[in-house]
Amino acid sequence: MKNRGKQLIWQNYQKDIADDHFFYVRSCIRQNFFPGAETTFLRILKDVLNKDVYDDPSHTTCTGIGYHTDIVPLETTMTVVARQFALMTEKGYKNFIPSCVTSFGLYLEILETWHNYPEVLEKTRSNLMLATGRSFVLPENIVHASDVIYKFRSEIAKKAKYRLVNIHTGKPLKVVEHIGCHYAKMFPDKSVGGAEFPRVLSGIIEEWGGEVIDYPERRHCCGFGFRQYFIKANRGYTFSSVKKKFDSMSPYEPDLIVTNCPGCNVFLDKGQYVISEQEGIVYSRDGYGIPVLTFEELTGVVLGFDPWDIGLQVHQVSVEPLLDKIGVKYDIQKKYTDKNNRLLGKPVKPTLLKTL
Amino acid sequence: MPRIAVIGGGVAGMEVAFRLSQLSFEVDIIEKSFILGGHVHKWQKLFPDFTPAHQIVDQLKNQLRDKVNILFGNEVIKAEQENTKHILYLSDGTTQVYDAIVITTGFKLFNANRKEEYGYSVYPNVITSSELEEYFQNDKPIITKENRIVERIAFIHCVGSRDEKVGNRHCSKVCCITAVKQAIEVAQRNPDAEIYLFYMDLRMFDRKFEDLYLQAQTEYGIKFVRGRLSEVSEKADSRLFLKLEDTLLGKPLRLTVDLVVLMVGMETAENSIQLANALGIPVGQDNFMLPVNCHSQKNITGNRGIFVAGCASGPKSIGETLADARSAALEVYSYLNCN
Amino acid sequence: MPNFGFSIHSPTHIDLDKNYRTIFNYVKVKEPSIQKCIFCGSCSATCTASNYSAMSLRKVNLLLHRGMVQEVRSLTEQCLLCGKCYLVCPRNVNTRRIILLIHEALKMPLS
Repeated sequence: MKNRGKQLIWQNYQKDIADDHFFYVRSCIRQNFFPGAETTFLRILKDVLNKDVYDDPSHTTCTGIGYHTDIVPLETTMTVVARQFALMTEKGYKNFIPSCVTSFGLYLEILETWHNYPEVLEKTRSNLMLATGRSFVLPENIVHASDVIYKFRSEIAKKAKYRLVNIHTGKPLKVVEHIGCHYAKMFPDKSVGGAEFPRVLSGIIEEWGGEVIDYPERRHCCGFGFRQYFIKANRGYTFSSVKKKFDSMSPYEPDLIVTNCPGCNVFLDKGQYVISEQEGIVYSRDGYGIPVLTFEELTGVVLGFDPWDIGLQVHQVSVEPLLDKIGVKYDIQKKYTDKNNRLLGKPVKPTLLKTL
Repeated sequence: MPRIAVIGGGVAGMEVAFRLSQLSFEVDIIEKSFILGGHVHKWQKLFPDFTPAHQIVDQLKNQLRDKVNILFGNEVIKAEQENTKHILYLSDGTTQVYDAIVITTGFKLFNANRKEEYGYSVYPNVITSSELEEYFQNDKPIITKENRIVERIAFIHCVGSRDEKVGNRHCSKVCCITAVKQAIEVAQRNPDAEIYLFYMDLRMFDRKFEDLYLQAQTEYGIKFVRGRLSEVSEKADSRLFLKLEDTLLGKPLRLTVDLVVLMVGMETAENSIQLANALGIPVGQDNFMLPVNCHSQKNITGNRGIFVAGCASGPKSIGETLADARSAALEVYSYLNCN
Repeated sequence: MPNFGFSIHSPTHIDLDKNYRTIFNYVKVKEPSIQKCIFCGSCSATCTASNYSAMSLRKVNLLLHRGMVQEVRSLTEQCLLCGKCYLVCPRNVNTRRIILLIHEALKMPLS
């Protein structure tokens, strides 16, 4: 594999990422499945990078999931998105950073629509005014939250407590990166590195000492597909896609998977449980599966945040083998306790997939 | 004696210069490099009959001997026109005055980096058809970059051709038959290899082409699969994993190969576009130069005294290029004798 | 094992890394004209069986090329061996003999 070729490609996909003063919008599902990810992101921006970031309590879903499942009409979606921009405008921000990749894609799609059809923008403005009395200015800079981490990757590396290196062997950790489809496939020009050899996470991983695995199904969708997953009988489609990815990556024996998309993170993590139960397959020699972290959680780990503060205990695949490789100190007694040291209860053990 | 500039010293330029010198004109070939023969110079054997390429180039060079003045390492920087005279400012600092100009700037090969999903210059075992020719300098088996003998190879047609995404809607015409020729040459060196050609349409347009295709199927067992490559990726053992659809069976198809050959198409050369602008010659949607019409005036441009021959006006085989060059020489002759 | 209410599917693509062209090679040795097929479909268009079944010699030949034996078996059973396909084939492929050889090969233990 020659990096020269990739560098040629990456040169074509660079974008402006704002330096400071961010208006943050959250993901719908991430707070349920990986509840520490977004607070960790805010903590990194505020406390580690000393940035001004605003997390507006009155913002809502972008309706992306409803839009992609044909439940919410586009006109409504655009008005909701317009309201998010109105909140940003009211608070005096110009740089908009969504946490969710599907939101990111949806915002770009709507901005592109408004750019090409100004009359639709005007209609949305009047819809929002009629419904809420609000008005808005379009964001000056709109990037995904992972782009911000990418921008400050070397600054974070300088402040990091750990590197993505196996402390027992001294070798770089083998990391699979998975980019949400809506990050680059819809608008490759609005991504870092394009859709074929995405750079946003691979750049972060390499900067922090890890080695990126370029496996054949790297670009394959996690299979979420919204309308596939939300209909129970169709979920086989989702997990067939997950299985395809794992079959393709497992010969490389990855130490870790990092994603920048809320949905992908769910399916790559919880999917390993489903595949182990249904197919009897676990994708690691030690029987624990391959840990899957969101980019915020990974950043939290290398910065030395307590793994249980950033929510790693709610992952399906146990993260301890990974933490041990990196050399992270953690208190196993505190994994399932709340801040007052009361036990919250422990998850049920799967049949085949080993957990700690 | 009228002076004529031939811009570009590939096979088109050499032939047109020779024919014009035969007609007793004073001819300069303006060639940007320091060798004659252009792309053909880099080729080993030619379709459809495996004529050594150097034979053609040598023959053209011998014809030119002492009859034509060759200005190597030179490009046209600026052009002006005064009545029937064309004034060319060259990169060596000289200014030349000509009575007619023949543009034979040819083509450039498509830059395969632009098809990101094919991983050219990312995966070492993805090469272009032009790079494969280098392997044919000897009769040794074709090997991968890791020195493994190639057991499975895929030729990918239409790379940079018939592809609006990369701005090339046109067919490059010669890649289909080149792929068949090269596949046979690989089969001769690696008799046990499985050889696949992935095509959209097989355009065997000229004499003997269909015969070579049949020979590839029957004598060499070369496999033709209709479908366009969507993505190349590399496996842990550095073999290449291909995703396509078998469009005749209507099913996705996957296979692993040792070497991928991208049949890169023809694009207009960058200096052709600059030259076309400088000389006021229109180009088509495909960026190749547009003659007055493509039937009876295919060498005549809209600008008086300026002619075009060879691939500067669109993809052509060598035989077609040489015929086009001769036809251009006659057009120049008629033009100068009528003035 | 929990019942999830759905199942994980195996991929349905043609896998040239796993399909073996045993039958194709058997036929090819005895009737090399199978290699000349250009998949034009004139055989299938005129086929008596194709009017009433999924039989298509073009498809059979393609499936053989791709090593997909199971599908070949069910299709060739429909052939009436009338030989009309042989008359229309522009590449002079000995179509009738190919069908007979496929039947022969399918009966052998390897397939």
